[in-house]
Amino acid sequence: MFTNYVPVIVDGLVDAALIFFVAVGLTLVFSVARVLNVAHGSFYALGAYLSVVIGMWLTGHGWVVASLAALLLSPILIAVALGPLIERTLLRWTYGRPEALQILVTFGLFLVLEDMQKLIFGVQPYSQDTAVQLFGISHISGIVYLNYQLLLIVLAILVAIGLRLMLKRTRIGKLIAAVVADQEMAQTIGIDVRRIFVLAFTLGVFLAALGGALASPMIGVAPGLGAEAIVLAFAVAAIGGLGQIEGAALAAVLVGLARASAIYWAPELQPVVPYLVMVAVLLVRPYGLFGSIGLRRI
Amino acid sequence: MAYSGPSVCGAFDMVVWQLLALAVAAMALPVAVPWLGFVFTVAIGKGLAALGVAMLLRGGLISIGHALYVAIGAYATAFLMLSIGMNELFLLLICATAITMAAGLVIGAFMARYRAIFFAMLNLAISMVFFTLLSKLYHLTGGSDGMRVATPTVLGLTLDRAEFDLVLQFSAVALMVAVALLIDRYLKSPLGEALTAIHANEVRLEYLGVSARGVILAAYTISAALAGLGGAITAVAIGHVVPELSYWTFSGQLVLIAVLGGITGVPGAFIGAFFFELVRTFAADFAPDAWNAIVGAALLIVIFFLPQGLYGLLQRVKTRKARL
Repeated sequence: MFTNYVPVIVDGLVDAALIFFVAVGLTLVFSVARVLNVAHGSFYALGAYLSVVIGMWLTGHGWVVASLAALLLSPILIAVALGPLIERTLLRWTYGRPEALQILVTFGLFLVLEDMQKLIFGVQPYSQDTAVQLFGISHISGIVYLNYQLLLIVLAILVAIGLRLMLKRTRIGKLIAAVVADQEMAQTIGIDVRRIFVLAFTLGVFLAALGGALASPMIGVAPGLGAEAIVLAFAVAAIGGLGQIEGAALAAVLVGLARASAIYWAPELQPVVPYLVMVAVLLVRPYGLFGSIGLRRI
Repeated sequence: MAYSGPSVCGAFDMVVWQLLALAVAAMALPVAVPWLGFVFTVAIGKGLAALGVAMLLRGGLISIGHALYVAIGAYATAFLMLSIGMNELFLLLICATAITMAAGLVIGAFMARYRAIFFAMLNLAISMVFFTLLSKLYHLTGGSDGMRVATPTVLGLTLDRAEFDLVLQFSAVALMVAVALLIDRYLKSPLGEALTAIHANEVRLEYLGVSARGVILAAYTISAALAGLGGAITAVAIGHVVPELSYWTFSGQLVLIAVLGGITGVPGAFIGAFFFELVRTFAADFAPDAWNAIVGAALLIVIFFLPQGLYGLLQRVKTRKARL
């Protein structure tokens, strides 16, 4: 009886793992910079594209195992190339301005990045599943699982724990937490707030691109990926409470399981399910599972 | 009409003249350059939808999924023709607008709870879901091939395509002036002023005994109706509807047109739309692949350097002249 549900749960957790990377990056940037970056999904798409292209190049040259490195290399490249640049120029300008303006600016950036991606990588779909093949499959009680999927779940848990440890235990994490708690006070006691902003944003970009890169062996990489990623990531971040890392993790599991269940029992509902979950949660808790009511302007 | 003194009436008159100037331009220029007629008809369709976006922006609410209502209006037109055989142009426009308005009312009842980030992202999410449905429900909507929209009759007359295009162009211009004046009155009415007040200070507005949610719901429903009318005009003008009408990059165009034109006055959205469509007609030859990038970059440039939009620029030139 229970074994019938195991594949659904595994699929749901894999889905959750992939959503988690993007959503946690979005929520991290929001908690530090107080800006919801609409262009966040682009980093996911760029991560997927770049890792596919690097992976295909490496595989083409016979370095099949080395193509795994592309999954980590491409998010690093994207984070280093785009993170500081975008934060220092566009994003910084929006700090403290009305939210409508912040959304407009990041939305403009989203449109630009969408076409940049099309210009660089073209519009034809890619698929590159060397990584999935390398890890092979395993049989658990008569059902076939991809080892790569199981690895993703472990990786997401490790990243979640790692992020938490970083924020609670390390010096840089405590500095970030201080800036999140009170930016002005942090500045007063001599924390270089600008550096923290750059760091946090770059980390957010890295996480989004990592999500894209890790998803790329299992999906067809095609235009439109970024828009799907941002709305899904936002739904997850909103369910968890914007700016809440633990909330994003729990929400990702909720949404992942809901989506997997929909695929098994009501496939036509699948695109709508994340939002149904979001609507249900927000009706009961308007600021998300872990969110708290912010101060209203008076 | 003159609930707050003669100064508003003065401004009202100015808007009338500006709209008439736009209307004359939109009708006269195609006489010299015939293909502009189609460009302007499509521009008015987008301008109506952008006016809806601009209205919400006055209330500090940014919808980055407003293409949803353009698509609802367009597909409603296609379905009305296909399934119940409605063929009359004006009846189609009215019914499509009414259907979109109803959709706006239902979705707006939910949206009115949210502001800023949530408002923007929920609009985006709903438009993305709708896009997925339009693309996937192949047996209903024709999937990504879209649906054909035949040439409707006008007041019972069957026209050939060239005549119909001309009639549609004049009807669109007339609709633009009429709708813009109505929206101008609305924005200067207490209900419309309350919308601007939400942006300024929602809490104080509620202390005055005005329901912010009611004000937003009214604005949202009206803006959905505007986008639906724009979508219906677009559908009959192009003769084909596709799911891309609800895609987020199309919403991006609407936001750009609204911001480019300027949100301080009703003519802004149409000035923005004419400018946008003209540039697009020429730019499409040079950079068809980078069009969204141009839209995005233009959006950023307008926000940084021209925060009042083209309409604001016009206003500024005028006040400077007055001062001299």
